[in-house]
Amino acid sequence: MSKRTIDVSYLARVEGEGSLNVKLDGDLITDLEFGIFEPPRFFEAFLRGRHLTEAPDITARICGICPVAYQTSSVNAMEDALGVEVTPGIDALRRLLYCGEWIESHGLHVFLLHAPDFLGYESAIHMAKDYPAEVELGLRLKKVGNDIATLVGGREIHPVNVRVGGFYRAPTARELRGMLPDLEWGLAAAEQTVELVAGFEFPALEREYTFVSLSHPDEYPMAKGRIVSNTGLDLAVSEYNNYFEERHVERSNALHSVLKDGGDYHVGPMARFNLNFEQLTPRAKAAAEAIGLTPPVTNPFRSIAVRSIELVFAYEEAIRIVEGYEPPPEPSVELPPRAATGHGASEAPRGLLYHRYELDAAGLITNAQIVPPTSQNQLTIEADLVDLIEANLDLSDEDLTWRCEQAIRNYDPCISCATHFLDLRLDRG
Amino acid sequence: MALPKLAVWKFASCDGCQLSLLDLEDELLAIAGSIHIANFVEASREVVPGPYQLSLVEGSITTPHDAERIQHVREESEFLITIGACATAGGIQSLRNWKDTKEFTSIVYATPAFIDTLETSTPISDHVAVDFELRGCPISKHQLLETVNAFLHKRRPNIPNYSVCVECKARFTTCVMVAQGIPCLGPVTQAGCGALCPAYNRGCYGCFGPMESPNMESIIHQWRELGVSEPELIRALRTYNGYAPDWRAASDELEDSLP
Repeated sequence: MSKRTIDVSYLARVEGEGSLNVKLDGDLITDLEFGIFEPPRFFEAFLRGRHLTEAPDITARICGICPVAYQTSSVNAMEDALGVEVTPGIDALRRLLYCGEWIESHGLHVFLLHAPDFLGYESAIHMAKDYPAEVELGLRLKKVGNDIATLVGGREIHPVNVRVGGFYRAPTARELRGMLPDLEWGLAAAEQTVELVAGFEFPALEREYTFVSLSHPDEYPMAKGRIVSNTGLDLAVSEYNNYFEERHVERSNALHSVLKDGGDYHVGPMARFNLNFEQLTPRAKAAAEAIGLTPPVTNPFRSIAVRSIELVFAYEEAIRIVEGYEPPPEPSVELPPRAATGHGASEAPRGLLYHRYELDAAGLITNAQIVPPTSQNQLTIEADLVDLIEANLDLSDEDLTWRCEQAIRNYDPCISCATHFLDLRLDRG
Repeated sequence: MALPKLAVWKFASCDGCQLSLLDLEDELLAIAGSIHIANFVEASREVVPGPYQLSLVEGSITTPHDAERIQHVREESEFLITIGACATAGGIQSLRNWKDTKEFTSIVYATPAFIDTLETSTPISDHVAVDFELRGCPISKHQLLETVNAFLHKRRPNIPNYSVCVECKARFTTCVMVAQGIPCLGPVTQAGCGALCPAYNRGCYGCFGPMESPNMESIIHQWRELGVSEPELIRALRTYNGYAPDWRAASDELEDSLP
């Protein structure tokens, strides 16, 4: 039997540095390694000895694509530790800021990172030569997300306005309402995106997943909720470590998360969509139903369609929040210090992001634990690749390699996040 | 005439600074029409071989492999610009420079033997010659655009090196340190962000690093007057630009004089 190698030494169109190396002996995969060679980054260690109020700014620096996710999970954890609750106005502003990040991140991924795979281009810039209107739509759609983050957070990357207990300054109602025309445009553009993406050809792959996401009785999950799964899990965020564990393997500078009772699981847009479909806003739900996208979605290549639905959702939700916004009486709540342990989670664009901190009586961090979405998805990505390769052995090396890359990008992996995290090699010599 | 070739390189970083290029939504396609985006792995599968007329380098040097890789990047680059606090000053990763990295590895990773890392995080200029540096955590995308534009027109980028205070005055923000007693690093921090934090009612926390010849003695005196403790002062100076020489010297001196 002939031996083949699939080798991608530096995976493109993902955030951070990863690789894939696959060795095949005939039809048998002898080795598959989705590796992470991004340098280790020691955030949990840096946080020790820092004051609890520093966590949102420091943890934002884990990821330039989803800093709001880190800020939100960290403030949730700190407020849990201190036993404080924020007011409804602060809660609404947090959700609005998070809508901005989902729009920016999903817009980036759908149009600039993933659509080129479906249409056969090396990049969105190559794609723009034949699809100028679509690329321009995507860029503007993404930009409005950045505008939301900039208005609420001060800037799109590493926002400055988020603090434990709330915000430094609450925007005025007039400032926010000024965004409404752009948001209305964005909502229509997101619906157009759903139609565009629905016309793509999705490679065949159906898998049985354990989906995990936050869930909340009042809303589609974003900045708060309990942790649920399609296998019956329903737990408080504080119970995370009782059900999940991180393992360290040699090929990776990221930790792999698994369910303690065995196996990989799937976080991100597909998990949220499948577990919380009924909570989607009306136009998002209608857009999904119009293209026949209803739970359970189990072909990971359809994640681009789910992300587009979440774009509709995030715009619709942003409009709802802006229209109902009254500035909170105070931009933040008081923080009475105490020695305690706090847990926080939120739904980063890529999936569940868990933080845990131990604090001393002076408010200094004595221990920190951060579990990003990509390390939770890493084993699932490898399992997808095994099934995908076995079903597509007739493809040329070049086509099979590209298909594998596209499959990895289904998860919008953020490798910078996961190194606390990737090189693609396909070896079938 | 062939367009000049641009490469974007990543070392230890959060990807935020190179994302700034993709965040130039209104200008991205025009940029792509003026310079050949030849090697930008975050955005394209296509990698056109060097040499490159312009290289943008993000991230700090933290592994033996990266210490070698930056040499090759330099060899392939006619003009090399560092983008952001990590590449320019060692970044948040340089917090390890004051600690025992082996201990850090055991805090984060169960099997430290798998991890290959250097004891220090150092700026690109510690390893190779750098032609221009852009500050910020993250960089200002407007400064990035100005710098690429200046490169294309063979002129020096118009990047001010005065302090954040000047930007506060220009946007009519009342001084948060004088009026509200909020500790602020603005007087010793280089401009570039547009004086964001004071406009959001908080003190500057130093994303753009030390301005030229900062008066550290004076800012430390002022912060003490406001009741800031010595450990708090040290922490404030050691964040995203803590390893930049002026701030490093000031925080080391404070630490040495702790009882």
